[in-house]
Amino acid sequence: MTAQEVRLCGLLLQEHFGEVVEKVGTHLLRIGPLSLRAIAHETSTPLDLVKKSLCVLLQHSLCSFEGTQKGPRGVVEYRASCERILRMLRYPRYIYTAKTLYGDTGELIVEEVLQRGHMTMSHAVQTVADRLTHNMEEGSSMEYSEVVSAFSRLVETHLLQRCPSVTEGPLPVASSGGPAASATVPTLSECQTERFNLPPITLKGRGKRRLSNEDNEAEQARGKRARLDDANTKTSGDEGIYWQVNFERFHQYFRDQAIIGAVASKLDQTSSEIVRTMLRMSEVTTTPTAAYTQPLSVNEIFRALPPSYSISRPVLEQYLTLLVDDPMEFVSKTGDSGGGMYAVYVHKVLTSLARATLESVVQERFGSRSARIFRLLLRKRHLEQKQVEDFAMIPAKEAKEMLYMLLSENLVQLQEIPKTPDHAPSRTFYLYTVNPLSTARMLLQHCYKTVANLIVRRLNETKENKRLLEKSQRIEAILASLQASGAEAAQLTEVEEMITAPERQQLEALRHHVNKLDSSENQVDETIFLLESHISSTMASR
Amino acid sequence: MVKVKKIKNKNTMVKVHFIPFVHADRMAGRGRGRGIAAFTFNIEALGLSRGALPETALGPIPLFPPVEYKPVPLKSGEDEEYMLALKQEIRATMKNLPYNIPVPEEKPDVERYKEKYTQKVYKNKHNTWTPDWQRLPKELMPQKKKKTKPKVTKQVKATSKKEKEDLLSKLDELEKKDQKSDDETGEKAADEGEDEEGGEGVEGGEFDEEEAEEENDYIASYFEDGDDFGGGSDDNMDEATY
Repeated sequence: MTAQEVRLCGLLLQEHFGEVVEKVGTHLLRIGPLSLRAIAHETSTPLDLVKKSLCVLLQHSLCSFEGTQKGPRGVVEYRASCERILRMLRYPRYIYTAKTLYGDTGELIVEEVLQRGHMTMSHAVQTVADRLTHNMEEGSSMEYSEVVSAFSRLVETHLLQRCPSVTEGPLPVASSGGPAASATVPTLSECQTERFNLPPITLKGRGKRRLSNEDNEAEQARGKRARLDDANTKTSGDEGIYWQVNFERFHQYFRDQAIIGAVASKLDQTSSEIVRTMLRMSEVTTTPTAAYTQPLSVNEIFRALPPSYSISRPVLEQYLTLLVDDPMEFVSKTGDSGGGMYAVYVHKVLTSLARATLESVVQERFGSRSARIFRLLLRKRHLEQKQVEDFAMIPAKEAKEMLYMLLSENLVQLQEIPKTPDHAPSRTFYLYTVNPLSTARMLLQHCYKTVANLIVRRLNETKENKRLLEKSQRIEAILASLQASGAEAAQLTEVEEMITAPERQQLEALRHHVNKLDSSENQVDETIFLLESHISSTMASR
Repeated sequence: MVKVKKIKNKNTMVKVHFIPFVHADRMAGRGRGRGIAAFTFNIEALGLSRGALPETALGPIPLFPPVEYKPVPLKSGEDEEYMLALKQEIRATMKNLPYNIPVPEEKPDVERYKEKYTQKVYKNKHNTWTPDWQRLPKELMPQKKKKTKPKVTKQVKATSKKEKEDLLSKLDELEKKDQKSDDETGEKAADEGEDEEGGEGVEGGEFDEEEAEEENDYIASYFEDGDDFGGGSDDNMDEATY
């Protein structure tokens, strides 16, 4: 939990859940596991607000609890998860991916589950059907069964998974605790075999269209009727089974997309299709942190190729040989049975992608000649000053300046090799080197800082123009109500003119800036994903 | 691979590599000549001249250092625009979901008239949320507040009447034995009875408090901000405005 990560997490929590949750969350991140009373005391927040915030955090799996044996009766400790909070930055990408794979229904399902943390299947199906019906034309509504089928498809490809369920395991009870102690902390255990099993639910019906007068009725009938409705809601047989989004699977999909893109840009479309087929076949059999996919034989690949790419068997083998011989080493040959066994070397791909990111960062910040030096050092590992000048073909003075610039930015490190026991400078070798893993980590922290700065800047911009934004919102509301009640064009233009032209320009500029900042956040997140995958793959392979 | 230059005289010169932290060496030359910058090694031997060195840093780098190369423009395509729209939508909807906990407002010293009648966050089915208490530690359940007192006292009154009848009959029976001790036990039993009823009322179903409030037309208590998790204290508003 570096300072940059904590700062970014705080901003994300504030944007999505408000300041109370942000205070509790950042405190937990900074200090570590804490009990309820400690949190309330240290953040000087009232106890009930702390309880509400913890419920919200637990609902979204941003925090976890654990019953410990500290204190006379055993105390429940809460722990916030930094990594999980940072995933919130990637929500738009997940939703967009679901849309490209499963259409609007899939998109809405994933969006609802992400917004509510975890929910039962029936609740999800009902909410999504209502939303789809709301957007469809008058008279038609969405069948629950269609939504259920989209949901099942998402579960089949492991994009949605079951939450850990409550088990009845007895807790080790302290000596002075009575039977109440074991009931205070539920034990949640994850059942691997049941993670993707759909429960049998009885859910028939269609989405309900929410009309405007229904809202008013609901408002008045809150007291008595609300509870009558609750009594009448059909329990659809899947109480207690909650579903959440499986981020690992989405990450695997993004990683595959990155690999296919890399192959397509280096070689051609057909080879990328071959790699796509190989990855698709090993989707469910490969663990997320594996270095290699499962070996596949040429026969299997040939049969699994999409029918639109009708290439003959010898051509396929030639393509595979080309892929193996390529210096990128993305695909490697692991055996000869079945006509040749090939596997995708995932770890190498991620390393190359991360390296390309580092090189492009250096190029954009320091120029192409510095980038040349950087690439040289990446390939040759350790070089002296003179050798750098010779290999990079850059005059000595400029090479020196560039090296010192890179050194001061910590992208390049100096390694001393002494010749004598006293490290006399005149008798020591000084070699320049690049350590890709630590440089990647450093860049990752820079990315977090960047996103935090972008968010802060966006909040600042909206705060400065708050008055103007509120005015424009009020005018839009007036316009909408006038149009709904059928006003004349003259009245509409009169209302529109309430915003003057310079104000309009200012609003437009503000909108443009906010869009740019938001879009930058999304794109920095792509770099974050690449670097994080590389780091986790390297750590897993050690 | 290091080239070792052997010069004809006694000194064998080896390649020395320049260490960039030069500006600190100003201190080293203080003893020799006042304020003259000097290095720990013979600079001419390296083939460097004083002018070839980069400028020494005179302080921390500015907060917004000048950027030499302009950043690359953002990717802009259909995908990026869709994701941008999604992001802004998510932000907007999250603000309206019940997971967004607003900071409780400071109450002014004098309660304004309008506070009784302004619509605060209106809680309907879509706006409230109760978590599944089985999955959460029990200590996170919100505790009972003052509003339950009427319920508690009513129940106490209802049941204590019966108890009092029993106690009276008991007292009559035991009156023959010793009056003082009987009264004491009677009082103790009544107190214990009240305590038990109070305790059960507090721990009972939390969200049934609305039932008790529905049964009377009187406002049990004034509306207070941000008190209960899902309780509809707004219910009283409608019944109060005649």
